[in-house]
Order: sequence, then structure tokens, then C-alpha cells
Amino acid sequence: MMHTSRRGRLLALAAVATLALGVTAACGTGDDEKPAGDGGSAAAAEPVTVKVQTFGGGKNFGYKEAIDKWNASHTDIIIKEEHLTDQFEQVYWPQMIQWLQSGTGAGDVVGIDEGGMGLAKAHPEWWADLGEYGLKDRQANFASWKWDGGTTSDGKLFGLGTDIGGMSLCYRRDLFEKAGLPADRDAVSKLWPTWDDFVKVGKEFQAKVKDTKFVDGTNTLYNVVLVQEGAKNGNVTYFDKDNNLIVDKNPAVKAAYDFAAKISQDGLTAKLRNFTDEWKTGMKKSQFATLGCPAWMLGVVSGDDAAGPDFKGKWDVAAVPGDGGNWGGSWLAVPKQSKHPKEAAAVLDYLTGQEGEVSVFNYAGNMPSNTLAQQDPAVQSASNEYFNNAPVGDIFAKSASSLQPIFLGIKHAQVKNAIESVVSAIDDGSVPYAQGWQKLVDDAVKAAG
Amino acid sequence: MSVNVDAGRASQAPIPPPRSSPRRSSGLGFLSWLDLKAAPYLLISPYFLLFLVFGIFPLGFTLWYSLFKYDLTGTEEWTGLGNYTALLSDGAFWNAVVNTVGMFLIATVPQILLALLLANALNKRIRGRLLVRMGVLLPLVTSVVAVAVVFTQLYGRDWGLINWILGLFGADPIDWKAQRIPSWIAISTMIDWRWTGYNSIIFLAGMQTIPKDLYEAASIDGASRRRQFWQITVPMLRPTMIFVVLNSTIGGLTLFSEPTTFFGGNVHGGTNSQFQTVSMFIVEQGFREFDYGYASGAAWLLFLMILIGSLVNFLLVRRIGGNK
Repeated sequence: MMHTSRRGRLLALAAVATLALGVTAACGTGDDEKPAGDGGSAAAAEPVTVKVQTFGGGKNFGYKEAIDKWNASHTDIIIKEEHLTDQFEQVYWPQMIQWLQSGTGAGDVVGIDEGGMGLAKAHPEWWADLGEYGLKDRQANFASWKWDGGTTSDGKLFGLGTDIGGMSLCYRRDLFEKAGLPADRDAVSKLWPTWDDFVKVGKEFQAKVKDTKFVDGTNTLYNVVLVQEGAKNGNVTYFDKDNNLIVDKNPAVKAAYDFAAKISQDGLTAKLRNFTDEWKTGMKKSQFATLGCPAWMLGVVSGDDAAGPDFKGKWDVAAVPGDGGNWGGSWLAVPKQSKHPKEAAAVLDYLTGQEGEVSVFNYAGNMPSNTLAQQDPAVQSASNEYFNNAPVGDIFAKSASSLQPIFLGIKHAQVKNAIESVVSAIDDGSVPYAQGWQKLVDDAVKAAG
Repeated sequence: MSVNVDAGRASQAPIPPPRSSPRRSSGLGFLSWLDLKAAPYLLISPYFLLFLVFGIFPLGFTLWYSLFKYDLTGTEEWTGLGNYTALLSDGAFWNAVVNTVGMFLIATVPQILLALLLANALNKRIRGRLLVRMGVLLPLVTSVVAVAVVFTQLYGRDWGLINWILGLFGADPIDWKAQRIPSWIAISTMIDWRWTGYNSIIFLAGMQTIPKDLYEAASIDGASRRRQFWQITVPMLRPTMIFVVLNSTIGGLTLFSEPTTFFGGNVHGGTNSQFQTVSMFIVEQGFREFDYGYASGAAWLLFLMILIGSLVNFLLVRRIGGNK
């Protein structure tokens, strides 16, 4: 009996020990990453992997070729892109904020849309100081507003610009021909000097082509009109420059909303919300004939998951009704939590440099924010093969220097998200037109609160 | 949609081995105490430790922060019950409650009835019984997200299979995501497809514990098959029914993945929150708006909702077959 008892005791101890180990292991972070390569010889043997996190539809940041080129010629630093999602405000940015707050999860270089920059600036503690890695001397490469956008509230340089907006209107040549409209881009541009003309052409188009609506949905053109009107109203949209919510006071918001309601009520929309799967399927199924196109939208449309190779040459780029506009554009930043900030800064320097941004422009169409890249002959004289060889360099680069920066508040992403839900809701009928504006204001107030 | 059914069992301490002799030398006293008194508790402790870390602590932490205005910028302001009073007058919260309860009813009532009938059919002598029984359980092994993705395509407005079939009968296409009731139905079918088989297997297990002689006696008395089902099977299944109903209540009221995937991963639940559930509301408030205190309060209200829902269902189910 004594024997059994001792064995029992041993078993119990062994079991407890095993469990304790198990629990410790389960609580461990499972982090098998190598420590930062600061020991000289170790770093030479083992290349540092710099993880670049991006968002957006289609070709999104357009880094594929630039990264392939870097990886082919570098053995010390390998770039790995992690494209997380199509949706910035709803998925990417909330997740990124959690990662930045909790101090783990974010990549070594992360993309931030203009809508997130207000918040990013207000949190210097999230970011590595790029000045420490010698990037302060890049100031001459950027327009002052783009440079200031990447500086935190306490004056630290944390992000450099990738692309800028610039505005055009994409249209389907083949469908325009089918409708008996001119298909040539200059003639198309002349069809719609104003948005009223645009609506008129839309009605004409839909009378001839039954299966295709004129525009995708309410959201894309809502944003186009919003930035155009915003530029006329002190370059602000949802927030004034003191971060007060002005949705109900800014005539730009009302004008953009009214236009969205109009095209929806006139039946010109395919009722597809931009950047959803249905929207991308809609391109493949020719559900709509035009699309508000900031420069980066060209990469979205031509991406394999959107219109894709089947529609090469069928899309073209015309001038946007109204005057220009600056929608979108992003920055790259290095989170403080990165284990390789020095290498990350080198990658960021490359991707926002002349070579990087020219590569992006040629691959995806995103307009460089780097002035050297803007003036690069490869950009100035570029044409986009996918869009029937449209002279995109001419269309976007020429206007780049005159773009007006729109001020976006700290809570811009949340407010934008709330407002765009309503702008879609009047289109799919879940909110009646008559109640739309009031709901938009109410939801914006709630999201900003 | 799962509960840890082992929770009750884990608390039963193993019976300590009988003492070999009443007296031991004092040096062994501690070890023997450890052996007899402490070891059983140590052995069952992992579950409780994990529950403490991942169950009790978050519960308490959530309760604590539901009393604060606590947001991303780090402001921590005591508001007492402020979050709760704000929630109770928040139209968006009540909208989520209505959606959750509505989808729960649309999904669960037919699901349990169907599971009951299915179990009854599987309980009969049929060819390839094992295969069929396993077959009804098969949907359970697919991931919720995969189910939701496929169903979302089936329910597509423009290119979905279901609208195509409706079109064959001359019906107009339904915008399943834009309208409230169609969206509830679409989501309910996802839930039912996955869980009906699971519940029917539980019912089947319950049915097999019902003594055969009851049925024989009823047959001799001339009771029809249908009468036997309603008068013997259903009342005898009451304990099983209580488990299934409580399980479905908890699962149904915490519904999250299906409606979220249905709207492309967006927790807003439709452009006008037509199918935003309370769980989605909590995530939206906590991790989209970063209003952690408010989300914590909503989480506690959801907990209360489940408690009340479970109690109501328990009382209802206990009356099945009359109180004899």
C-alpha cells in the first residue's frame, strides 16, 4: 500500500508539473521571431524581414513591382507586403488602432489613408521618429501640406506621402458607343462640364442601354462632389480646423448629399456600394458605365478582383464634371513597436522615393506625391494601357501641383464611415430620401461624440 | 454557438484513495496532506485557472469599465451608471435588441421543431441509419464563415441563386441585405443549416433513453404513432429539450459571425443596421468607435438579456407536456 501511495504522490506531482508547464506554454506569446539584428555578424547572415501592411481594392498601393525589384537586389532586407483588406475605415484602421494601442501586431511599415492621419498625428507615441533615420532631408520632395500631414502634433516626422488624389471620371468606351454617345475621351469630357450635364447624359445613356446603370452607387460620386465643394468652402468637410464637427453647417456636405440623393432618385445608380464584393462583381458584369476616379481608383478598377484583364481597353479616362478635386492619398509610417525601425525606415524611404513612386504609378496608376516622381518623364508622358492608353500623366500630373489639401479631423474616419452608411442607405432604400439628411447629421454627431 | 457542457462535471472532485494506516510519521504528514487534500484540487485546477483568467477576470473587468467613460485617447472618467442610462435611451441599441430577438425567433423556433422531427425520423429503423445520422451532423464541421460566405452569394441581389430561382416563378429580385425581414430570413437559414443537425442528434440521444415498453403499452392501448410522439416522446424529452433550448438561446442571442460576414465583415449590419445584432453593436461601439466603457455596458446588458431569455425559455419548456 505504501508503494501505491508513493506512486500516486509522484504521479500527482508529475501531473501538476506537466500542467504548470502546459499553462505557461499556453500563456507564452509563441513569438518565435528572431531578435533584432543588432549583432553585426548575425544580421549579415539572417536578412531582416520588413513587413509592409496595406489596404485597398484591386492593385491597392501598387507595390508589387517595386517590392519584387527590391527583393531581387537586396540580401540584407527583405520586404514582405501584407495586404489586409479593401476597407480602410471599417476594417483596416480600427484593427490598426488596436494594434498601435496594444503595442503589438502592426507591421514594420504601415499604410495610412488620409482619413486616419488626423488621429495618427494626435498620437506621437504610436510612431517611430523618422528624423532619427535621416528622412528629414526628404522635405524638399513633397508639397508642404503633404509633408505637414506626416508630422505629429509635437513636431515629430512620422510619415511620408505615397500618393495624392487628383480627379477624373472613368467610363466604359464600349458601352458609350452602344448608347450612341461619343466614346473619345475629349468629346466625352465636353459632354459634362457640370454635374447637371452629367445627369442629363446619364438619362440619355440609360434610355439606350437597358442592362447597365450609369453610375455604381451613391458613395463614389458623393465623395467626388464633397471634395470639390469642400475646396470651395475653406477646404474643410466634416470638421473645421479646430476639430469641431460642422457636418450640419458646411454647405459642401449638403451639396454632396443632395447630389447623391438626386442620382439615386433619378434611377442612375446600380445601387452598389463602393469597395464591396458586389461592387467589384458589378464591374465584371458591366453593371455600371462610369465611375468617379481619383488617380488611385485606376489601380482598383484594373485589379484582377475588380474589372480585371477582360475589360482592358474598354475603360477610358475623361475629365470630371465641376473643377478637379483631391480625394484620397496615403502615407507610410513606421510604428514604434517595430523591431527593425532602421530597416523599416530604409524601406519607407525607398517606397516613397522617386523610384518607388514611379514604379507604383506605372503599375497601378496611383499619382505620386513625391514631386521628383511627379516630374519624372516616365510619369509626365505616361499613358495607361488598361485605360485605352489614356494620357494619365497629362491628366493627373499636370494638376498635381495645384491640388488643394482638404483638412480632415481626428475622428474623420469614424464620421465618414457613419455618413457613408446613410449615403448608401438612401440608395438601397433602407432609409427613405426624406429622412436621409437628418439621419446623416444625427449619425455623424453620434460618431464624433 | 457552443457552451462548455463539461463545466458541471469538472467540479466533481475525485474520491481520495483510502488511507493505508491511520498514523504516519510526522515527516510524512505534510506530503500526505498534500496527497489527500491538495492533489485533487490541483488536478482539477487547470480548468478553474483558465476560467478565472478568460472568464471571471474579463467579466469583472468589463463590469468595472462599464462604469467609466473610457475611450481610445485614454480618458477615464467615472460615470457610474451613465453608460447604462445612455444605452437604455439609445435607439441604435434597441434596434440591435429587436434584430437579435427577431432573428433568434425566426431561426430557433423552426430549427428546434425541425430537429425534433428529424430526430424522430432518425430514431426509426431505416436503411443506412448510421450514415444518415452522421450526415445530418455534417454541416456542423464547416466553419461559420465559410457557411456565411456561401450563403451570402446565394442571397446575392443581382447574381444570387435564390433570386434566380424566384425569377423563374416571375418574382422580382429581393434585395436581401437592404430590407429588414428578408435579411433576417437569410441569416436565419445560415444558422439553421448549421445547427439543425446538431440539435437533432442531441434529441436522438434523448429519444433513445426513453424505455421501449412505454411505446409497447401505448400500441396495445391503440395509440397512433403520432399520438405516441406527442404524448410519450416529447414529454419524456423534456430534460433534453431544456438543454437544447438554453443552448440555442445563448447561441442565438450572441449571434455575430453570420450577420457580420453577410455584410462583408462590416459590423454595422446593413446600411441602416437592419440586421445588426447586440454583439455586433458591442464590437462597433468598442472597436470601431473606441468607446470601451459604452461597449462594456452593452455587453453586460446582453448578459442580462441572455439570463432573462434563458429563464423565460426554461419556464416555457418545463411546461411541455403538461405538469403531471
